[in-house]
Amino acid sequence: MMQADLNIILPEMVLAIYAMLALLGAVYTGKDKLASALVWVTAALMLVLAVWIGTGSAGARTAFNGMFNDDGFSRFAKVLILSSAAAVLVMSQEYMQRRGILRFEYPVLVVLATVGMMVMVSAGDLMVLYMGLELQSLALYVVAALRRDSVKSTEAGLKYFVLGALSSGLLLYGASLVYGFAGTTLFSGILQTAKEGEVSVGLLFGLVFLISGMAFKVSAVPFHMWTPDVYQGSPTPVTAFFATAPKAAALGLFARVLFDAFGGAVGDWQQVIALLAVLSMFLGAVAAIGQTDIKRLMAYSSIAHMGFALMGLASGTAFGVQAMLIYVSIYVAMNIGTFAFIMAMERDGTPVTEIAALNMYSKKKPGRALAMLILLFSLAGVPPMLGFFGKFYVLRAAYDGGLAWLAILGVVASVIGAFYYLRIVYYMYFGEEGEELDTNGSPVLWAMLMGSAAIMLLGIINMFGVEGAAQAAAAALVN
Amino acid sequence: METIILFAPLVGALICGFGWKFIGETAAQWVATGLLFLAALLSWIVFFSFDGTTEHITVLRFIESGSLGTEWSIRLDRLTAIMLIVVTSVSSLVHLYSFGYMDHDPQWHEGEVYKPRFFAYLSFFTFAMLALVTSDNLVQMFFGWEGVGVASYLLIGFYYRKPSANAAAIKAFVVNRVGDFGFALGIMALFFLTDSIRFDEVFAEVPRLAETQLSFLWTSWNAANLVGVLLFIGAMGKSAQFILHTWLPDAMEGPTPVSALIHAATMVTAGVFLVCRMSPLYEFANEAAMFITVMGAITAFFAATVGLVQTDIKRVIAYSTCSQLGYMFVAAGVGMYSAAMFHLFTHAFFKALLFLGAGSVIHAMHHEQDMTNYGALRKRIPYTFWAMMIGTLAITGVGIPLTSIGFAGFLSKDAIIESAWAGGSTFGFWALVIAAAMTSFYSWRLIFLTFFGEARGDKHTHEHAHESPMVMLIPLGVLSLGAIFAGMIWYGSFFGHADQVGKFYGIPVAEAGAEAGHGEAAAHGEAAKTEGHAPAAAEGHGAAAGEHHVAFAGKPGEGALFFGPDNHVLDDAHAAPKWVKVSPFIAMLLGFALAWLFYIRNPALPKALAENQSTLYQFLKNKWYIDEIYDAIFVRPAIGLGRVFWKRGDGSVIDGFLNGVAMGIVPFFTRLAGKAQSGYIFTYVFWMVLGVAALITWMSIGGAH
Repeated sequence: MMQADLNIILPEMVLAIYAMLALLGAVYTGKDKLASALVWVTAALMLVLAVWIGTGSAGARTAFNGMFNDDGFSRFAKVLILSSAAAVLVMSQEYMQRRGILRFEYPVLVVLATVGMMVMVSAGDLMVLYMGLELQSLALYVVAALRRDSVKSTEAGLKYFVLGALSSGLLLYGASLVYGFAGTTLFSGILQTAKEGEVSVGLLFGLVFLISGMAFKVSAVPFHMWTPDVYQGSPTPVTAFFATAPKAAALGLFARVLFDAFGGAVGDWQQVIALLAVLSMFLGAVAAIGQTDIKRLMAYSSIAHMGFALMGLASGTAFGVQAMLIYVSIYVAMNIGTFAFIMAMERDGTPVTEIAALNMYSKKKPGRALAMLILLFSLAGVPPMLGFFGKFYVLRAAYDGGLAWLAILGVVASVIGAFYYLRIVYYMYFGEEGEELDTNGSPVLWAMLMGSAAIMLLGIINMFGVEGAAQAAAAALVN
Repeated sequence: METIILFAPLVGALICGFGWKFIGETAAQWVATGLLFLAALLSWIVFFSFDGTTEHITVLRFIESGSLGTEWSIRLDRLTAIMLIVVTSVSSLVHLYSFGYMDHDPQWHEGEVYKPRFFAYLSFFTFAMLALVTSDNLVQMFFGWEGVGVASYLLIGFYYRKPSANAAAIKAFVVNRVGDFGFALGIMALFFLTDSIRFDEVFAEVPRLAETQLSFLWTSWNAANLVGVLLFIGAMGKSAQFILHTWLPDAMEGPTPVSALIHAATMVTAGVFLVCRMSPLYEFANEAAMFITVMGAITAFFAATVGLVQTDIKRVIAYSTCSQLGYMFVAAGVGMYSAAMFHLFTHAFFKALLFLGAGSVIHAMHHEQDMTNYGALRKRIPYTFWAMMIGTLAITGVGIPLTSIGFAGFLSKDAIIESAWAGGSTFGFWALVIAAAMTSFYSWRLIFLTFFGEARGDKHTHEHAHESPMVMLIPLGVLSLGAIFAGMIWYGSFFGHADQVGKFYGIPVAEAGAEAGHGEAAAHGEAAKTEGHAPAAAEGHGAAAGEHHVAFAGKPGEGALFFGPDNHVLDDAHAAPKWVKVSPFIAMLLGFALAWLFYIRNPALPKALAENQSTLYQFLKNKWYIDEIYDAIFVRPAIGLGRVFWKRGDGSVIDGFLNGVAMGIVPFFTRLAGKAQSGYIFTYVFWMVLGVAALITWMSIGGAH
């Protein structure tokens, strides 16, 4: 029995053991001298695992009496998490090396956070959920403060930690309420208790607290306040990591809890999620307009994008989950490219994050500017870029799910949001000539930027099969 | 071969328009011109080798949608064959002529490349026009119809630096839209009624349409009449008939070769072609045909009166074109489609000749177009003078009365006037005869003002007036031959005895009376000696065959034209009294005499008359004030309405709303969000707790069931 259970969590175990071995090995040998190699090895391992999970067995299995799920949904999310984490690692190596902040702990912490995320999306029990969440969060707090000598970086780490602790408290409180009223922490058990129309008030309160805790992780309004500060304060590669894998994992967790545990009470949580979605979309769009720092801007952008992803979830249907998965996959692909661009922004060797620094960038670097233009159009949801189809999917899901008002508000929000993306384009192509940025940039970043932009254009052909995979994943979750 | 004719101009346009950078400017022009001459040569071969049976040559599948299915195919019958030679011959000559005319155009700066564009437009126009005349169904025809519209727009506005040229181009396009709307409605109505747009299927259904009622606008109509009128509205737009004629004189802003090709010889006759093509329909739509007759007669008369007082050489010819188109419609309206086609055919030659001659004069006079600044040019540009003389003799209808010997216009115009009389349209007959007198007057006035009298205007210009180069004179020569002989050669085919006409168009003929079978045989027997034989022979034959009365037979759609069983206009026209046949000739003499009196004998007379009759003079000079009326009725209210929508609707309401949102409300929230983001953890915690509290409250009160 135990053998079979361990077999199912083999990928997580491999990663966890690898993290510990790497930590010990590096401590006792070359320490930071090994960091570069460790980053590459870690990224390679993650990719191998992603391929392994992606091509592995189909069908659904559970381990530890239903506490851990291995189904299509978790596999989809894990492939996304692992590949985006690997991409961010590859991008960060050169950047951090050059600035002397590449420590060997960095890849190890990223691995641990990734393990936590993988556990989150597979959770079948509130305890496992919390374990995964906390493993991920603790690792991320540290990563945010990676640049110990920088006030901003430490401030970011501290803020993230304090607010994260509060959100964990909310989540735990919700979990205890649910346990109290349902009598079990197993999702399958809660599902039997929480039936449509007969959800007790206690269970409902527990649900709201759970949602609040998870909303913090996806940075949905009004639990989003940490996002701009942490995004801005952290080193850019770390920001890129925050913006991609953890978001995918948190959304996966969200869907997992809402459908596996509360799938019988869609009507109860649908309105709450819809409200969070609307608030996130609008706040993300409106607040981003005032930003002058591109990292803060990307923070608000990710808030708005999470609002759109939640819109798919709010529809409460299998198609909605599919739409959410497609949306978040596209979102991750876009953000990797965008952050590759931001990481390459520097003047005299120091990173620059002022949007105004992009003045007439197109003259200096027409290729990069064009790629960024494609990415920004895609982020804004301009057809025919892939980002448009992501938005189209969630809007359709919301409409089909009977939430036409939500879809309309989503369209309005995306119009407002288009402004700040286009403003960057304006600076790049029509701005006044100002102090110029450096023209060098690492080939890895260049490749990531170009690859991401190419995906935004070529993906419209068949989305590289993500559509079908997301459909299978959604079907595995909602039944 | 027909496919080559159709697509050679398109290939020429593409190569010339897009390829001149690679093969050079001159080479590109020669490619376009060469392909056009090839098409012209093939067209003449087709015309002479065509045996009268309708052919369908499928080129490609065109539209498959529901019950609407059609191919892109060429319908080759006599109508198409006539149009093919008209279009390709005039077009190829105009291409050649343009080498000279467009050289060193003062509209362009040194070093600017404009000639390949011009030739590409010309070739594209030719392609569209050929697509129109070879179409086998209405939608394909509509394609060509719109294609020539586009080409016309591009060419009228060719001098795009001149505001007046742009205005004229837009006017032509907009006025044509009105007509095209009618045409499109007509096509849709036909599709609605017959479920097909193929000519053959539509024609077969026509007798049924005549007995169908159709609700349209406020009342119920006879379907055949309604469709006939709608299609004719399209024809009115394209052929510049009264009410929709205003664009044609303005279109003279285009280069003169364009005026010759598009606005005289080919495109403007598309409306006539349409009516002739739809002859089976009009044979069953008497009221619509009547309408055509009346409109044509009004146009012929109206345009001729305006032509009397114009001083711009091109505008005189433009109104003349308008007037001649009216003649053609009268013929088509009374059921003598063959005569309409005859005049279309001869008119193409002499009108293109007149326009190219006028272009040659303009070229010689350094782009001076006002006739009051001409005079005494006979010696300076003798070849042009003789070409213009031939054109004028043709358009005024000089010939020997009661025979079929004369210039092209003499035969075709007399045919129309006789048909109008025979068709029972007294109004049409008299309008045309009076118009013939005026035609003669303004045509001779043009000649006298330009070539006779004494030199007026800028002396320097007159001294430097020079004969045009050979590339311009050769087309004049070729067209002169057409203007002289085209009428005499084909008189029998177009307007001879029913036998000949039937053979020419591939219409079955039958002897009226008992011996139908014999009549058929006779028709065959006589067929051998028809075409090439000169009109004299045809006349003799007509007299000989006088006793056995031959009439057109066949069903609608058989042959290129269809004449209803009770359509006797051809025979009646031949049997018209002598005074009817002579009347246009007398009218012509009267016009000539008056012109001579006014401009040679006593050049002070016109001025005195204009002052004496100033109301009438101003009325004519201002083209019956039709442009002014349109300006007051349509243009100004439309501008006013547009201004309201623009200033009030778009400016105040829409922009105001969006600007308010974009510059007031959204930034307000942006500032608010910025303020909330204080940077202090307690603020953030406060918002989170507030959020949880709000969600809990909402769930307890409203969210929970």
